[in-house]
Amino acid sequence: MSIRPITAWLDKRLALNEVFKIAEKKEVPVHRHSIWYYFGGMTLFLFTVQVVTGILLLLYYRPSSENAFESVQFIVTEVQFGWLIRSIHSWSANLMILTLFIHMFSVFFLRAYYPPREITWVSGAFLLIICICFGFSGYLLPWNKLAFSATKVGTEIAGVVPVVGHTVLRFLRGGDDVTGATLTRFFGFHVAVLPATATVFIGIHVLLVQLHGMSVPPKLIGKPVQKMKFIPNFLLRDLIGWILAIGVLAALAALFPWELGEKADAFAPAPAGIKPEWYFLFMFETLKRIPAKVVGLDGEVLGIMAFNLVALMLFLVPFIDRSPENHRRRMIFNIIAVLALIYMIVMTIIGFLT
Amino acid sequence: MFEQRQDTTSTGPTRRTFLDLLLGGSALATLGAIVYPILKFMTPPRIVESSENSVVAAKVAEVPKNSGKIFKFGNKPGILVRTDGGELKAFSAQCTHLDCIVQYSSEKKQIWCACHNGQYNLNGKNIGGPPPRPLEEFKVNTRGDDIIVTRT
Repeated sequence: MSIRPITAWLDKRLALNEVFKIAEKKEVPVHRHSIWYYFGGMTLFLFTVQVVTGILLLLYYRPSSENAFESVQFIVTEVQFGWLIRSIHSWSANLMILTLFIHMFSVFFLRAYYPPREITWVSGAFLLIICICFGFSGYLLPWNKLAFSATKVGTEIAGVVPVVGHTVLRFLRGGDDVTGATLTRFFGFHVAVLPATATVFIGIHVLLVQLHGMSVPPKLIGKPVQKMKFIPNFLLRDLIGWILAIGVLAALAALFPWELGEKADAFAPAPAGIKPEWYFLFMFETLKRIPAKVVGLDGEVLGIMAFNLVALMLFLVPFIDRSPENHRRRMIFNIIAVLALIYMIVMTIIGFLT
Repeated sequence: MFEQRQDTTSTGPTRRTFLDLLLGGSALATLGAIVYPILKFMTPPRIVESSENSVVAAKVAEVPKNSGKIFKFGNKPGILVRTDGGELKAFSAQCTHLDCIVQYSSEKKQIWCACHNGQYNLNGKNIGGPPPRPLEEFKVNTRGDDIIVTRT
């Protein structure tokens, strides 16, 4: 039996042919910076790994201060392949943040945010914030000592922000202190609020990329650029990357299974050698090094406000640097970004070593 | 479908602007009636803090010289320290930097926060690292075997 009648029936109702036509038309420019085009898709792939492994973990995880730690312990010790699923979830989260940063910096340096792609950049910046919130909220869920202290510090940082700080802190903690109420909230954010928000922003982000097509670096604008069909040429290359990623994840999970640590105790001192996840390390080192008082202001307030300002700047990038013609501004932007990148890398390394 | 009515004779509010205001106002009120309880719901209720002003922090034997112990003061942590000289001291155990729970370092003979390497001397004064303020100090008394800590 031929499937023709079925596809014809579906096409009439879903306009599938139109979708196929658009997909067929999609092309990817080929030039010496083409490699950077893979990191957006890679981030999206790792996100789907998170969705799948996250749903699996939900089958056993219990979100309360009495049960959370034990349920994760149960997952990694009793459930078949539980250690694998949990480790992949943790590793994939970290790799996703890494590919997201690579994607962001490559988009920045290749100026893919020039008009008309400002909203694509802004939606991406939102996705970065969402992913960091994913990381922060997910980190608490195993309810171990490290996570408990990290959450205290992280929410306290929100509390330091002038005017709204205290309200935000109480909203995040579900009270004045980090307790089981905080865990319940973070669980809600992690498995409901953030996934829903992320889906919307990913939708916008990907749709806009289709709408505007792939951006080419400013140097190539107006010049003939060789192109590659997205389907199947580029997609197959993507696929190889994704299969490699699965391999890397499985290897990391097997060789370096994610630690569970000790159960959180609200009356235990912060463990010695405590450190946040690597993507928070540069901020952590900064907060550690900033003096208690800087020109009469609390050092930590100053540091935190500075980071807030950087986050705001991130959103404003495409509205400040708008023209490929303005070489001076481009230069200044490059220098700032390189300095920021060096600062982040150096502080992260110092954070690792000390 | 709808024709814009040109009302040239009257300058005051027309029936249309009145209806627009009424509709817009009700829409806003409805939205407010939906958003307000949601916002209130998200704000955690204040739990009445235990008003106890003193607490049995430990037994005398539990805290040897040059050591410290975390105790519960209501629902907040406190730290009890016995100095080398045998003196008992008690402070809030919440680091004034970013709220981590501090500990006693018997090597350095000072109170230390592991999170960002904050240091306090045995009078609770911030002497190193990022903490901006000293730890809150409590009064310590012993009654028989018990060490009693009192809010000053």
